[in-house]
Amino acid sequence: MRALRHELHLDEPLPLRYGRWLFGAVSGDLGESYRNGEPVLTALARRFPRTLSIALLGLGLALLVAVPLGIVSAVRQGSSLDHTARIGTLLLGSLPSYWLGYLLILLFAVALGILPVAGWGTPKHLVLPALTLALGIGASLSRFTRATILEELAQGYVRTALAKGMGEWSITIRHCLRNALVGLITVTALRFGHLLGGAVIVETVFAIPGIGSLAVDAIFDRDYPVIQGFVLFTGTIFLLLNLFSDLAYTWLDPRIDLVDNRSRVAG
Amino acid sequence: MSRANSKSRLVGLCILGFFVSILLGAPVLAPNDPAAIAPDRRLEAPSAKFPLGTDHLGRCMMSRLIYGTRWSLGTAMAAAVMILTAGISLGAVSGYYRGPVDLVLMRVVDVLLAFPALIPALAIAGMLGPGMEHVLAATVAVWWAGYARLVRGLVLSVRERHFVEAARALGAGDLAIISRQLLPNVLPPVLVLASVEMGSLILAIAGLSFLGLGAQPPTPEWGAMLNDGRPFLLTAPQLMIYPGLAISLAVVGFNLVGEGLRDLLDPRLSDGR
Repeated sequence: MRALRHELHLDEPLPLRYGRWLFGAVSGDLGESYRNGEPVLTALARRFPRTLSIALLGLGLALLVAVPLGIVSAVRQGSSLDHTARIGTLLLGSLPSYWLGYLLILLFAVALGILPVAGWGTPKHLVLPALTLALGIGASLSRFTRATILEELAQGYVRTALAKGMGEWSITIRHCLRNALVGLITVTALRFGHLLGGAVIVETVFAIPGIGSLAVDAIFDRDYPVIQGFVLFTGTIFLLLNLFSDLAYTWLDPRIDLVDNRSRVAG
Repeated sequence: MSRANSKSRLVGLCILGFFVSILLGAPVLAPNDPAAIAPDRRLEAPSAKFPLGTDHLGRCMMSRLIYGTRWSLGTAMAAAVMILTAGISLGAVSGYYRGPVDLVLMRVVDVLLAFPALIPALAIAGMLGPGMEHVLAATVAVWWAGYARLVRGLVLSVRERHFVEAARALGAGDLAIISRQLLPNVLPPVLVLASVEMGSLILAIAGLSFLGLGAQPPTPEWGAMLNDGRPFLLTAPQLMIYPGLAISLAVVGFNLVGEGLRDLLDPRLSDGR
């Protein structure tokens, strides 16, 4: 027992242990799992592609439906489609993913029998988890698209374009959407970060061996190095996503200058 | 447009009124003891004695859902009050005094906001161990940060205004200035944010419980009930359908009211996130 304590450095004072962990972390060593001795970074790297694949597929599905829906709702503001979309997205956005996932299992795996209940291995196993994530963020992305396009449609340049004879739809797609992209990219990057967080729950529902289920298992095993590694890992990804969206601004809207801080357009 | 908004506000208020009356009247409304186990009456269909049937241990579903209001919504409301208290006071101190206190507090806020909220909450609740009070502590420890930053920003802009100068010239102390001059100007947008975020707070608390970190058996908490029902998804899906419906309906109610309040008090923020 004493030997094990010494080996795991549990007999050292807390600041020294934290310093040791921090020093290891910056040099790429997140320590080893208490449970099976596997290096934490290896475990995260092995499982992350699975989490990433359901998150990316979910995001793709969400964007594919939500952006067009948001645009149509904005252009046809007040129509029955707009109202239906408003109510539908509000309801979808209120459903807990840890309940929606099971409803989808009941519908597609039990009643229709066309998709597997849970697990990992074939492309079919990706569909329901990705759909669960997509429905949740799709709702908020669609509302955001609608709001920003509406804002753009109220701008003066739209009247000018209409006066010179451009069609409503081509103005929306060629001018408004382009201007709305800056905001849309920020929100998408943020939502994608939350999607990775939400994967914790979806991986538990669908028994997917990703980093989220790794963290949940680690919590119940009191496997602290794994928990610390997971938090550091997701935090890093979240920060990288924010950096990416900041860089994307300058590319989409050259008026924004991150270096000079003279930005005329509020981020 | 605004007529549709006032209608959805009304629907939201009705839903919240429904839940508040259940929360307060639970002992009167529940037909049975929510924790009473009846091994010989497991997974029964709805009957006069058990209006929504029984769960895998023969407990009354209806009574468990009714008492669940107290655990799920009660915890979320307690969390909201604590989050607002911490966020507003720390944000006000930070924005009013600035200096080193501000510097330290805002770096803590930066760290907390550098994660999707569920991740640090999960880690804190995990380190503390299972229990509803730990879930409460974890959500408060994470969610206050956004409010502190909002309040700090608002205080920074208000503290330079002339009426604050005037109050100080009249001899008002720091506490009087913060509570009488600054806070009334800061509160409306903070309350709007709180009402819009209430739904996601409920989802996060029930979600941590669903993962097994929150309420422990036999506590009738909605998220924990969903977790308990998982093995019976295929044989008795109603065990998962009812608690999920309860959570969703409560969140719909808060979202309707929150968005209605936002449109009413701060039209600029409308659909902005």
